[in-house]
Amino acid sequence: MIYLAIVFLPLAGALIAGLLGRAIGDRPSEIVTTTFLMIAAVLAWIAFYQIGFTHETTRVPVMRWITSGELDASWSLRIDTLTAVMLVVVTTVSALVHLYSVGYMHEDEGRARFFSYLSLFTFAMLMLVTSDNLLQMFFGWEGVGLASYLLIGFWYRKPEANAAAIKAFIVNRVGDFGFALGIFGVFLVFNSVNLDSIFEAAKTLENTDFMFLGYEVDILNTLCLLLFMGAMGKSAQFLLHTWLPDAMEGPTPVSALIHAATMVTAGVFMVARLSPLFEHAHFAREVVLYVGTLTAFFAATVGLVQNDIKRVVAYSTCSQLGYMFAACGLGAYGVAIFHLFTHAFFKALLFLGSGSVIHAMHHEQDMRNMGGLAAKIRLTYFAMLIGTLSLTGVGIPHLIGFAGFHSKDGIIEAAFAGHTPYNGVFWVLTFSAFLTSFYSWRLMFMTFHGKTRAAPEVYKHAHESPMTMLIPLGVLALGAIAAGFVFSQYFIGHHYKEFWAASIYEGSHNHIVHDMHAIAEEWVYWAPFVAMLSGFGLSWMYYIGAPWLPEATARTFRPLYLFLLNKWYFDELYDWLFVKPTMALGRLLWKGGDGAVIDGTIDGTAASVQWTTGRVVKLQTGYVYHYAFAMLIGVAAILTFFLRSLIFSGGAGQ
Amino acid sequence: MDIGLGHYLTVAACLFTLGIFGIFLNRKNVIVILMSVELMLLAVNINLVAFSYFLNDLTGQVFALFVLTVAAAEAAIGLAIIVVYYRNRGSIDVDDINMMKG
Repeated sequence: MIYLAIVFLPLAGALIAGLLGRAIGDRPSEIVTTTFLMIAAVLAWIAFYQIGFTHETTRVPVMRWITSGELDASWSLRIDTLTAVMLVVVTTVSALVHLYSVGYMHEDEGRARFFSYLSLFTFAMLMLVTSDNLLQMFFGWEGVGLASYLLIGFWYRKPEANAAAIKAFIVNRVGDFGFALGIFGVFLVFNSVNLDSIFEAAKTLENTDFMFLGYEVDILNTLCLLLFMGAMGKSAQFLLHTWLPDAMEGPTPVSALIHAATMVTAGVFMVARLSPLFEHAHFAREVVLYVGTLTAFFAATVGLVQNDIKRVVAYSTCSQLGYMFAACGLGAYGVAIFHLFTHAFFKALLFLGSGSVIHAMHHEQDMRNMGGLAAKIRLTYFAMLIGTLSLTGVGIPHLIGFAGFHSKDGIIEAAFAGHTPYNGVFWVLTFSAFLTSFYSWRLMFMTFHGKTRAAPEVYKHAHESPMTMLIPLGVLALGAIAAGFVFSQYFIGHHYKEFWAASIYEGSHNHIVHDMHAIAEEWVYWAPFVAMLSGFGLSWMYYIGAPWLPEATARTFRPLYLFLLNKWYFDELYDWLFVKPTMALGRLLWKGGDGAVIDGTIDGTAASVQWTTGRVVKLQTGYVYHYAFAMLIGVAAILTFFLRSLIFSGGAGQ
Repeated sequence: MDIGLGHYLTVAACLFTLGIFGIFLNRKNVIVILMSVELMLLAVNINLVAFSYFLNDLTGQVFALFVLTVAAAEAAIGLAIIVVYYRNRGSIDVDDINMMKG
C-alpha cells in the first residue's frame, strides 16, 4: 500500500543508518536514507494527486495498539486532504534536506547518526500527521520532540548546543503537559480518543459544563485550551517561544526541516485537525486568534534587530506561525494550512540558503561580518532572493504573486473579514507584514549587498556550495514561486470546500473564507502590498541608501533597541521567575535534604557502628591466657549460679 | 589416719588450682600451658576415680579412661600445632602469640 510505504520508508532508513551505520559506513547511510525519502516524497505527491480528486478519507489499519477497559486505540493511518497536504510538505522538505545535508555535513564525522536522526524525525512527523486518534498523535508529537532534542544537540561537544537541546525539551514539556491533560480530558468526556467518535460527540456538547479543578467550566473551551497549550509549546507561540531561537544551535539543515517547515507547524496542524472541536469552542478560538496575532507581532519586532542570520529567520518562523494560528483562530483553517504549505517551501529555502551562506563563510553566522556576498555566491543569492520575495509576499492583488503573497495576504484578508474589534487583528497583522518585509530585506542587504565587512581572507575564500546543496535550493525556490498560484484556488479559492472535504470542519456560522473573497473595500487588498513595499523601502534606506541610519536610530531609541535586542527580556524574566527558584530549590534539596538529612542519617549510623566495633575489638587481645581467664570466669559464674540455687532451695533437685 | 574421700578431693583441688595458676602466671612457654591443661584434666580424673570408688560405681572409672584418651589426643594435636607454629614464627613465647588481637 502506497501510504504504508510513505510512512515506513523513513523508519526503515532510520533503522538502517542508525543500527548499521557503523558497519556500512557514512556514505551508504546517506544514500539509503536519502533514496528512501525521495521515494516517499514521490509517493506522497502521487497520493496527494489522488486525494485531490477523490476527497475521501481513507483509513489504513496497521495494528491494534492499546486496549484497556474502555480505551481502545488502534494504530491506523488516516489519510484525507489535510494529511495528504502534510505528507507532501513533510516528505518533500525532508527529502530535500537529506540531499542538502549530504553536502552541508560532508566534513562531519557522525553523518550516519545525523541521517538516522533526520529519518527518525520524518517518521515521527508522519506518524503525527497520519494519526487517527489522539494517542497516536501524542506518540508522533513526542517522537518529533525527541528527534528535535537529538538533532539540536547533535554537536554534543558544544555546551551551547546541549543547553539549547535541554531548553527545547523542557519548554516543550510545559506545552505537552497541557496537551496530555487535554487528551485525558477528552477521554474523560467522550470515553474515546478516536477522532471520529470525538468529532461526532462534540457537536452536542456546545455550551455544556463539567467540573474541572473544582470549577464549573465549559467542556469544549477547557479541552481546546489545554490542547492548544500543547500547540503553543510545539509551535513556539508567545510565552513558550523561547526555545526556538536557541534551537538554532543545531545544524542548519535541522533548522530548515524541523524548526521551520515541519515540526513547529505541528501545532497548526493539530488545531486544524481538531477543527470540529475548536469550531464549537468560541472562547478558545479567540485565545488562539490573539495568541497568534501577538506572536506574529512580537517575533517580528525581535527579528528587526537580531544579528545572527539564523536567528532572524528563526524569529521570522515564529512570526509566521503566529499568522497561521491567527487564521485558525478566525476559523479559516484552510488558509492557515495553505500558509503552512507555502511557508514550508520558502522558509526551508531561506534556512537552507542561510546554511549555504554559512557554509561559504566557513561557519560565520553574524551578519555584521558579511556583506557584498551577492557576487561571490550568485546562485545562493538568487535562491535567498526568491525566498525573501515569497516571505514578504510580493505580488499584485487579484492577479498573481509569489507563494507567500497568496497565503499571507489570504490570512490578512481573513483577519479583516473576521470583524475583530476595531479591526485590531487586521492592523496588527498588516503592521507585522511591514516588519517582516523590513527584517527580511535587512537580512538580504546586510548579507549580500554593500561593501563587505568580512575578513579579507574569509571573503576571498567564499565559495559557492556543491550541487547537492544547490539542487534542493532550486526545487524549493520553484515551490516558493509557484506553490501560491498553482494551489491557491484549491486551498483557499472558491473550490476550497470540495478540496478539503471532510478533513476540515466548519460550523454553520463560519463563512470566513467566503467573506474574505467578498470584501467590499478595495484598499484592504492593497494594505499588505503597501506594507510590504514600505518595509522594503525603509530597509533599503537604512542599509543601502544611508548606512549611518541604523546606528543613529539605535542610539536615539536606546531603551527600545535594547528591549528588542534582548528579545523583550523573556529569557531574563524566565530565568528570574523559574530557573533561579528551581535551582535554589534543587540546591536546598541537594545540600539540605540529600546531604544533611539522608546522608547524615546513613553516614552517621555507619560511623557509630564503626566507633562501637572499634571499642569492642580492643577486647580481643590475642593472648591465650586472657581467653582462658575469660572462660574460667564464665565457669565460675555458672557454678556459683547453680550452687546458689542448690543451697537456697535447700534440696538436691530443683 | 584414715584416708577418706575428702583427702582425694583436696589433692585434686590442689592439682586443679596448680593448673589454673600454671596457665595464668606462665609468661614464657606455650608448652607449659599445655602441661597445665593436662594437669587440670588429671585432677578431674582423680575426682572421678575417687567418687567411683567411694560410691561403688564403676562408671566413673570408665569415664576416667575416656578422659585419658582424649587428653592424649589433645596433647598430640597441641604439640603438633606448637611445632608447626615454631617453624613459621621462630618462637613459641606466650607473649609473642597475639596475632589474633583486634
